Amino acid sequence: MNNVLTRRHFLKASALTSGGLMLELTLSGPLLAEALGTLVGSKELNAWVQISSSGQITIYSSVPEMGQGIKTALPMIIAEEMGAKWDDVKVLKSDVDSARFGLQGAGGSTSIPRNFDSMRTMGASAREMLIGAASEALEVDRAELEAKDSKVIHLSGESLSFGALAALAVRQPIPDPATLSFKDPKAYTIIGTSIAGVDNLGIVLGQSQFGIDVDVPNMRYAAYTRCPRLGGVPISFNEQAIKALPGVLDAFILTPDARAGQSSMSFLDGLAVLQGGVAIVGEDTWSVLNAKSNLKVVWDESAASTDSWSQMRREAKNLAGTAGGQIKRDSPVEAALNAPSNKAIDAFYEFPYVAHICMEPMNCTVHYIAGTESEAPRMEVWVPSQFPGQVKEVAKNLLGVDEERVTVNMTRMGGGFGRRAVHDFAAEAMAIAARTEGPVKLTWTRTDDIHQDFFRVGGFENMKAAVSPEGKLVAWDQHYIGFARNGKAVIGSGLRGNEFSMTAMPNARVRQSLIDIKTHCGAWRAPGANTNAFVEQSFLHELSVLAGRDHAEFLIELMGERRWLSEGNINALNTGRAIDVIQLAAQKSGWGKAMPQGWGQGLAFYFCHAAHIAEVADVYVDADQNFKVGKVTVAVDVGPIINLSGALSQVQGSIVDGLSTMALQQITMTNGRINQDNFDQYPVMRMGATPEIDVHFIQSNHQSTGLGEPALPPLAPAVTNAIFAATGTRIRSMPLSQEGFKLV
Amino acid sequence: MQTYQLMVNGAPHAVTSEPDKPLLWVLRDHLKLKGAKYGCGIAQCGACTVHIDGVAVQSCVLPISRVSGRVTTIEGLAKNGLLHPVQSAWIEHDVPQCGYCQAGQIMSAAAMLAVNPAPTDVDIDTAMSGNYCRCGTYVRIRAAIHAAAEARSVEGEAEV
Repeated sequence: MNNVLTRRHFLKASALTSGGLMLELTLSGPLLAEALGTLVGSKELNAWVQISSSGQITIYSSVPEMGQGIKTALPMIIAEEMGAKWDDVKVLKSDVDSARFGLQGAGGSTSIPRNFDSMRTMGASAREMLIGAASEALEVDRAELEAKDSKVIHLSGESLSFGALAALAVRQPIPDPATLSFKDPKAYTIIGTSIAGVDNLGIVLGQSQFGIDVDVPNMRYAAYTRCPRLGGVPISFNEQAIKALPGVLDAFILTPDARAGQSSMSFLDGLAVLQGGVAIVGEDTWSVLNAKSNLKVVWDESAASTDSWSQMRREAKNLAGTAGGQIKRDSPVEAALNAPSNKAIDAFYEFPYVAHICMEPMNCTVHYIAGTESEAPRMEVWVPSQFPGQVKEVAKNLLGVDEERVTVNMTRMGGGFGRRAVHDFAAEAMAIAARTEGPVKLTWTRTDDIHQDFFRVGGFENMKAAVSPEGKLVAWDQHYIGFARNGKAVIGSGLRGNEFSMTAMPNARVRQSLIDIKTHCGAWRAPGANTNAFVEQSFLHELSVLAGRDHAEFLIELMGERRWLSEGNINALNTGRAIDVIQLAAQKSGWGKAMPQGWGQGLAFYFCHAAHIAEVADVYVDADQNFKVGKVTVAVDVGPIINLSGALSQVQGSIVDGLSTMALQQITMTNGRINQDNFDQYPVMRMGATPEIDVHFIQSNHQSTGLGEPALPPLAPAVTNAIFAATGTRIRSMPLSQEGFKLV
Repeated sequence: MQTYQLMVNGAPHAVTSEPDKPLLWVLRDHLKLKGAKYGCGIAQCGACTVHIDGVAVQSCVLPISRVSGRVTTIEGLAKNGLLHPVQSAWIEHDVPQCGYCQAGQIMSAAAMLAVNPAPTDVDIDTAMSGNYCRCGTYVRIRAAIHAAAEARSVEGEAEV
């Protein structure tokens, strides 16, 4: 950059200011951000860009981070399209404000497909404004300019840094989105590379980031105790004794309040109801937890849940023998099932309730400032939430605080997995705060966290099928027996309609029966898919064995012709992509190779959350039914990968989480009481059982989609199919610890 | 209530507390050191792991009245503006997902490397068996510990 150009640029820039600290005064970051906000039509806008004159590019990330890596991935898309150098980028979390950022939510592995276009529109807009600024400063045609490495470079080689251009850029007209063009993916320098998580340094230094770490001046601490049986209501408690304990400031009963559960998001509506209980407020966390352990409450259990897992199983087994249930898909199957020339099989599968057990137990900090005659009440909330904006609704419904008078601070989440979509814990914190002077932090114990979960729902599937003498699947008769609450299928129970048996499976009849329960259920990493995959993909393996066919070949044949079941719909199966991942997983795992004594390989494929994923597990089983998963080979097609390190991490984590869950975890309830209290009764897999995980991405020319969930569902059937291959024992129920198989 | 003298990350603290209050809550609520995390309260998950005289200890079940020795928390692991090799390796290998358990993981790993500078996979699995990771970052933790072991052997330390 020569001096003349520099001087001219600075003259122009300084004309915008009143002099003085020009470099600082010409930042105009918020103005640029506002301009971009208007540009991309605010409702789908998910970040702000600011460029300082020193060249630092700040990108605000508005989607909550729970370990899925979105706080790194979305800013990568903006930076790429801008022509920024990643080293110049600093990522900060945004405020919670739906007017500026649209829906700030994380769930369903949708953040990438939902935001990709708006992120790159924002990046491209910023780029065009910087190029416009350089065109003025250098007095050259903008067609001769290119944005790269945080600079705008002229054909001649002359360049101006983004920092130097920031002040001018903000005065540029906002590009019409229709005129924007986007980078050729072949020219990407950030997207598709491995970028480490933007908060890693803070994490390894132990800096406060999580909701449970929130500490505001004059803060009190709270614990809350609900009835061990869901729906029980407190009548009285040992109030004098509790209030006399060290560090306790107050203790009181909260009555149930259904209004807190009202939500504008249909899948959340009716869930976050305030349950009755006893609140204890004190000087520090331990004081209130200690008092909680000394609490004696008299409960009215007349309306409490009577749900029992053993009773649910009995009912399901009775239903399995019947011809009842709602017909979801109908094909004539009886003749083929009964034909003597065919081979038929009848199997009853079951899967348990499981808990989310986010490592960070639920918590929420609330400062409620009561209204006066002249001023309405207001509230500030610090919350680890997958949908932080939704807590404003809770405040409105529960305490009548207007949404614009609620300030929400989103914190990093110590895990989410779907649990932090429901804000019952925030309702409790608000109700406690409304009776407490100053801010108060509610922290759940691990036992609260397990007992008060919105569980991954358990369920049953009665499966019948027949194969012809030629080894073809000629009848598939599936009876899903799940659960409903108030007559409506709970989240994750029943078939959604995009399962293989509901779409492309030949000769399939599908029925569904729902048993009414009170137990709270919610979204748990890949809802519905995480259990149906186990049944569908295990049973298909049973059928390929029955038919004497190679399992990979059998699965590929079932996919049929290469086709997209609904062209352009990312949530529709593409059989071509399915075949490709099955073949790749088979090839990379050495499918069909001779295995040593005691070893077996198992294959499974599942399509969900817009992802096509196949997995092969290599499993060793010893004579005492100890099993070791040596290796899992994964083939993934989610389109082009944004952050290779983040994507790989999600797959690795899904394999470990899937294995931990299918091998070890089960929630049971007896007469409405959850039987597992803590990790000693609800274990998590430890490091020693971790398999080698070999991941292969097919970066097909489709839309990029999310990876927080879909690598988990195929793991369980891949492992149980491998155990069958190793031992000849078919496992039709999880967890494996209950089936006599011990993970080592 | 009694007053206890604690040495935490090289600094002395006088803490007035009930004798049975676990060290974890003293660190988090009294000393405002939030790096050690609450996960279960029964020494199952390891999120609360700190060092006492260099040994990894689960602070959620250790009453303050029984703390004797110098306490080091994740906040005190980096020294003189330099990251501990385990911390550097954690960044290099992009280990964290949600990050909640990682302070405990790092403290367990650092304590192991102090006595076993060249651990095998089995050594690592054993030393790390007290720490849960619900996100499933075990593959990367193992790799990062090996990398930290190598870095220590060539005395590589990165600036904070």
